[in-house]
Amino acid sequence: MDDFMIRALVAGCGVAALAGPLGSFVVWRRMAYFGDTLAHSALLGVALGFLLGVDPMIGVVAVCVVLALLLVALQQRRALASDTLLGILSHSSLSLGLVAVAFLETLRIDLIAYLFGDLLAVTPGDIVRIYLGGGVALAGLALLWNRLLAVTVDEDLARVEGMPVVALRLAFMLLIALVIAVAMKIVGILLITSLLIIPAAAARRFARTPEQMAALASLFGIVAVLAGMYASLHWDLPGGPGVVVAAAGLFLVCTLVPARAG
Amino acid sequence: MSVTLYRNMSSPYDSSAVPLLDVRGLSVMLGGRTVLDAVDLTVTPGEIVTLIGPNGAGKTTLVRAVLGLVPVQAGAVRRRPGLRVGYMPQRIAVDPTLPLTVRRFLGLWRPVPAARIVAALEEAGVTHLAASPVQAVSGGEMQRVLLARALLADPDLLVLDEPDQGVDVHGQADLFARIDAVRKARGCGVLLVSHDLHTVMARTDRVLCLNRHVCCSGSPEDVRRHPEYHALFGRHADALAVYVHRHDHAHAEDGSVVPGPADGRGCCDH
Repeated sequence: MDDFMIRALVAGCGVAALAGPLGSFVVWRRMAYFGDTLAHSALLGVALGFLLGVDPMIGVVAVCVVLALLLVALQQRRALASDTLLGILSHSSLSLGLVAVAFLETLRIDLIAYLFGDLLAVTPGDIVRIYLGGGVALAGLALLWNRLLAVTVDEDLARVEGMPVVALRLAFMLLIALVIAVAMKIVGILLITSLLIIPAAAARRFARTPEQMAALASLFGIVAVLAGMYASLHWDLPGGPGVVVAAAGLFLVCTLVPARAG
Repeated sequence: MSVTLYRNMSSPYDSSAVPLLDVRGLSVMLGGRTVLDAVDLTVTPGEIVTLIGPNGAGKTTLVRAVLGLVPVQAGAVRRRPGLRVGYMPQRIAVDPTLPLTVRRFLGLWRPVPAARIVAALEEAGVTHLAASPVQAVSGGEMQRVLLARALLADPDLLVLDEPDQGVDVHGQADLFARIDAVRKARGCGVLLVSHDLHTVMARTDRVLCLNRHVCCSGSPEDVRRHPEYHALFGRHADALAVYVHRHDHAHAEDGSVVPGPADGRGCCDH
């Protein structure tokens, strides 16, 4: 097997494994559109990272966090509905990112690769980023797992029990930002949400505990990455969309499987 | 006289104890509107205090202020130091995509050994639901699961927001009997919001009649004779008058805590 293929496999499986548990929370908390909005701002983060001479991953996490805080502040004012706010922020930040990239003439980046992912162009540095960032995100999630579940079930109850609800919500947003930063190169910022929610949605019917659903979502994500990679190599398809189509196919198959008795 | 008997014989309520909860001059504004105005409220150990009042009277807001869930404009909510609160909300809505059994739901809020979860389910009378998905539990059963959850806090004070919602008459009577039993077994105070006066009154030590401010408060007997109470409820429906009549019969002279007959129409003609 060629080196680039091994790198793609290692990177893709790492991202899919990370996306399983985080994506399950995105589904449980009904935050798919929120994740999409954060992902769309990632390009702006990449541009800012280059501009400031820091790692693009740091730029992405920083922009995502600022956007998340901005969104929370705007939601508190209740002047506009959440989906309107998300729509405004999502498309404005994506466009800002595109404008910023166009302005930075010295910045030679493969825009299509950032938007739709390029699994086969993964560098050893990307793999280090994915496993380092992903490891931190998974460790954080494991640490907060039960409390995040409690906040997801009922925020008021969690607050009465003395849990720091706002801090937990922000921590979750930070975790999502980390996932976006590491998954960007694999499926692209326009398609990250699908890697988060499609495997989790497919796993729902077969899970009886939150942990089962998270693990199964990781497994389904890995299957989708492998299938998408295979298709991408054999038919010369774009990698990111190939992975998403594979995940969607898997979801369809899972939906058609007859329900278990009981 | 019957009220006194009732208290002495079946309620561990002791008015001389240090209050669990002491609310003084509480005012709350929501969206620029005064929802609560200078409200006083105390709950002492072993006492059941019931909040009644029309829709929009601020009952739920008062409960939420006591729990620290809404900001307070003026006044103070003082809790006894170290107070453990068991909160039972009206309902919870768990997203159908979250696979969660009742047992797991109960274990989410604090580290508890499995045996304590079983014991709490037993105390709430829903042991059979332990392995059910929370989304599959009916409204009345969910109330009891939420009671079990509140008990796991080992509460000094139980706070229940309209625990009778969406529960049939039989279910309500059973739920209140359980809450009463919990109160007696543990000696905890109970603050409860209710629409259904006749189920609640028989087991209540004090009633607080709320309509943004406290209209009147006292024993169920005192409150139902209070002109403010009639001003508040009298114009609404004859149904409430039926409730009032039922109360005469709910307080048995022997201190029995069994509520009046569920269909107590027979006592309406006096």
